[in-house]
Amino acid sequence: MEKRPFERPFIKKLQAGMPSKFGMKTQAEPITHIDENAVPELLAKHGSPLYVISENTIREKYKKARHAFTTRYPKVQFAWSYKTNYLDAVCRVFHQEGSWAEVVSGFEYDKAINNGVKGSQIIFNGPDKTDEDLKKAIENDSLIHIDHFDEMYSIIAISENSGKRPKVAIRVNMDTGIYPMWDRFGFNYENGDAWDAINRIMISEKMELVGLHTHIGTYMLASNAYKVAAGKLADLAFGIERKYGVNIKYLDLGGGFASQNTLKGAYYPGSDTVPSVDEYADAISSAILNSELNPKNLPTLILESGRALIDDAGYLLGTVIANKRLSNGNRATIVDVGINLLFTSFWYEHEVYPAAAVSEHMEETTIYGPLCMNIDVIREAIQFPLLKKGDQFVIKRIGAYNMTQWMQFITLRPNVVLIDTKGNDHVIRKQENMELIRQQEVIPDHLK
Amino acid sequence: MQIKKNIAVSETGFVFNPTTGDSYSLNQVGQEILGHLGENRSPAEITSLMTSTYDIDPPSFEKYFFDFISMLRQFELLDEENEN
Repeated sequence: MEKRPFERPFIKKLQAGMPSKFGMKTQAEPITHIDENAVPELLAKHGSPLYVISENTIREKYKKARHAFTTRYPKVQFAWSYKTNYLDAVCRVFHQEGSWAEVVSGFEYDKAINNGVKGSQIIFNGPDKTDEDLKKAIENDSLIHIDHFDEMYSIIAISENSGKRPKVAIRVNMDTGIYPMWDRFGFNYENGDAWDAINRIMISEKMELVGLHTHIGTYMLASNAYKVAAGKLADLAFGIERKYGVNIKYLDLGGGFASQNTLKGAYYPGSDTVPSVDEYADAISSAILNSELNPKNLPTLILESGRALIDDAGYLLGTVIANKRLSNGNRATIVDVGINLLFTSFWYEHEVYPAAAVSEHMEETTIYGPLCMNIDVIREAIQFPLLKKGDQFVIKRIGAYNMTQWMQFITLRPNVVLIDTKGNDHVIRKQENMELIRQQEVIPDHLK
Repeated sequence: MQIKKNIAVSETGFVFNPTTGDSYSLNQVGQEILGHLGENRSPAEITSLMTSTYDIDPPSFEKYFFDFISMLRQFELLDEENEN
């Protein structure tokens, strides 16, 4: 006789009280496949834990975002935000789709060049650009977004020696009605610093002011903030046209569009509160089109969206290590994915799904990672099915920032697999090994 | 170990404690274990019965069984006074 599948025994106290009028799902739907690839097969082949990226999803999200903007504004250019996920294979998918590169360090700049991006299609942001970085960017005709006056004078000094006229934009920070206001990048709009920077660039004539840039924040839940920002940038561009007779070639609204992950402490899930890409597109496009800028000579709209384009494409697969009870009787499940691999668990309530069908019974569970650190908590309280040791699970929507902010801490980083548009799996970053870590270390003679 | 005598268990896995007024729900495996406990079966007997029906080895079952017992204890459903 075939034995019945075992589910660990479970008893749950029923709580009487006011039912939620919104209702919640009582059963966890499993994620058994990612783009036709069975989760157990992926884990058997590539090990656990495992990052999986869906190329299909990247391309779909990109096309959807592009469509949202190009149907509302005549000249649109996306620039892939390298810091969000700079694995070369991921960057190349975006570049194939037509994205430029947006980089914030010399390291990222070199990565973009290595990925075949033309120098003139690299946007160089960030507060830390060394003289070497700037020389390279000037030589390659890249678009340098000036963050502070010290950088501006470095560019002037370098350009005097190189004989080239660098293409620059200024980064503008501003009050868009949101809190906290991001004022650490660039020059402030309201106090006149932005105009001061513009005037110095225009008067020096050593640089060509081609654009205006702003990055108003991250995970922005108010599309109206972008309307305010686009309006203020357009106002600056119109002022430059009027004062100097120069047409600004592009307005760069930065990134910050939210993905549908739920922030910690949020009352409603992200899927209910995050604006759609159409809402962001509508806010930005209408603000520029309704500005005083001449419609026959509109600047290109550049977007550096990262999180909203890549988060959904990333999955983190793992395995249950153990179950235990905490002192108050609550269930704790220990898994092989820790905060070292899921940095975003510090601010998101990540969705965790079983990789196989489970019963309708769920228990409030704390999910701990495998690290010997008290802060290694993936979810503090989640209604979670009764997974056993060895059961597999999938964490959804982890494509943004985790593969750049991950830590080689206590353990090594696992394989990253890309599933291509035909459903084939490719390792795009090999799991780390001891040799790789040790080759960076040097032991002084007296300790040998 | 025994379940308190006044604890009512329905066929659908609904548990009611008339002393406290608390109610609980069980999954299928929990329901079966509670049934065995009600019939005064020993842990060894329960392990043998359950592992012959379900796809699980005895050491693993034992681990989940005692975790389940600890939850029954936490909810004060076990008749601890009559033990030993």
